[in-house]
Amino acid sequence: MMTDIEIVRAARSEKRKTARDYIDGCFTDLTEFSGDRLYGDDRAIIGGIGLLQDMPVTVIGIEKGKNTEDRILHNFGSAHPEGYRKALRLMKQAEKFHRPVICFVDTAGAFPDVESEERGQGRAIAENLYEMSTLKTPVLSIIIGEGGSGGALALSHADRIWMLEDAYYSVVSPESCSNILWKTLDKADVAARALGLTADKLYSLGIIDRICKDKALQEFAADIYGQIKELMSVPTDRLLDERYKKFRSIGYI
Amino acid sequence: MDLKKLFLKADNELESSEKRIRSRKITCKKCQNTSPVKKIRKNYFVCPECGYYFPVRARRRILMLTDNRSFIEHDRDMASRNILDFPEYEEKLTAAKDKSRENEGVITGVAQIGGHKTCIFAMDGNFMMGSMGAVVGEKITRLFEYATTQSLPVIGVTVSGGARMQEGMISLMQMSKVSAAVKRHSDKGGLYIVLLTNPTTGGVDASFAMLGDITLAEPGARVGFAGPRVVEKTLKTALPDGFQKAERVMECGFIDAIVPRHEQKDYLERLLRLHEASREVSM
Ligand SMILES: [Zn+2]
Repeated sequence: MMTDIEIVRAARSEKRKTARDYIDGCFTDLTEFSGDRLYGDDRAIIGGIGLLQDMPVTVIGIEKGKNTEDRILHNFGSAHPEGYRKALRLMKQAEKFHRPVICFVDTAGAFPDVESEERGQGRAIAENLYEMSTLKTPVLSIIIGEGGSGGALALSHADRIWMLEDAYYSVVSPESCSNILWKTLDKADVAARALGLTADKLYSLGIIDRICKDKALQEFAADIYGQIKELMSVPTDRLLDERYKKFRSIGYI
Repeated sequence: MDLKKLFLKADNELESSEKRIRSRKITCKKCQNTSPVKKIRKNYFVCPECGYYFPVRARRRILMLTDNRSFIEHDRDMASRNILDFPEYEEKLTAAKDKSRENEGVITGVAQIGGHKTCIFAMDGNFMMGSMGAVVGEKITRLFEYATTQSLPVIGVTVSGGARMQEGMISLMQMSKVSAAVKRHSDKGGLYIVLLTNPTTGGVDASFAMLGDITLAEPGARVGFAGPRVVEKTLKTALPDGFQKAERVMECGFIDAIVPRHEQKDYLERLLRLHEASREVSM
């Protein structure tokens, strides 16, 4: 059994499958789109349309990159505001054409630089939560590696949230948490445990809906297909009502 | 308890806390001048000497913005539990309650501003830096739901360090929860006005603080998502002048107006009046 901090490290491993691997492995006829129509194209977010078996879907991923050059291109999977706006644009497009949305989430967090702040990082994330809450098409989000705080949440206001068994999803990185609370980086393991960031813990808290084993992508695609089919059969009003209740019920009881 | 008793209770509580500070003097953090509390309070908690904005606790904030004795509080007794068994959280909650004299980091309720009925919430920077956990998220969500069913506007005064680490993912999820409630209120035609105060950051900035129909800020308030030290580390040099200050954030297009404290109540009253008028015209 891995400890919580070991899970965090595994989730960050460069050997891991990235969003690109999942997208290439699960969908066919993939056609990628670019840009947020407001500022630019953020390569930390990739997305477009494709087929999930016989079903046209919109696919969005936070991509970390494969080698050094590629990682720089994708900004190591940390998006600027235009990345979140690009994702939202693709989701709105999906809504228009009645396509379900599948998001692959893998990010240490939203990129914290001056430009991101001045182009409205907070507003971009907020807008995604706001708009996704009433998006009239099913959304499935899968945390495949790092679920880094608001930057991961911005693509995870979904009908179903899945998580790889060795991924993490956290309000803050254990290192930052340790640094803020105990003024040292040495207690990251204590912080990781306290934060309850593992798939097991989040499943027991009712925050995620399924824990996924690392399996062949064809089988993974079949799981996604089953889930999407089920969600597509729910009338839109009920889908949105249930989505509201899903988040509404988290916290104070 | 009937309303009159409720008001009396609130008044008495305020009175006793006022008595404690009436005789005191406060030294301004910025200019080091000392002024009597009475004088500072009359000046809307702005330093009479240099114009520095003292932090204002939530209850005082609501008093400053609403008509006398019009505020009726909701969910006052709701208090946080240590759901995750997070180390030292109970102690921090106890200390925060002592410091803020509140049960949690936000006060919610209904009030009148210039005779216009509105829902209002104010966060309290004295309660664990205004961080958002389950109770803060729940109280604000309930307020938006109430405002939606009663067709009332919502005015929100934000001050926050972000999501509360001690509640882990439960606190992050409050961003989603509140944002969804704001959307439902908006879809029913509800008006939401945000007043950003110093500092409004992290998960609160990345959710309901940035979702107002109208976004106002206090002069000089720090508004942003990432912490300045984190940004500095990315930049590897010093931050540009005015970075994350309300004035700069407004230049960048994310704030409608900077409103000085002594004008805020009139400003809100005007906005409520204009929206009420447009609703009457459309009917
Ligand atoms: Zn002063």
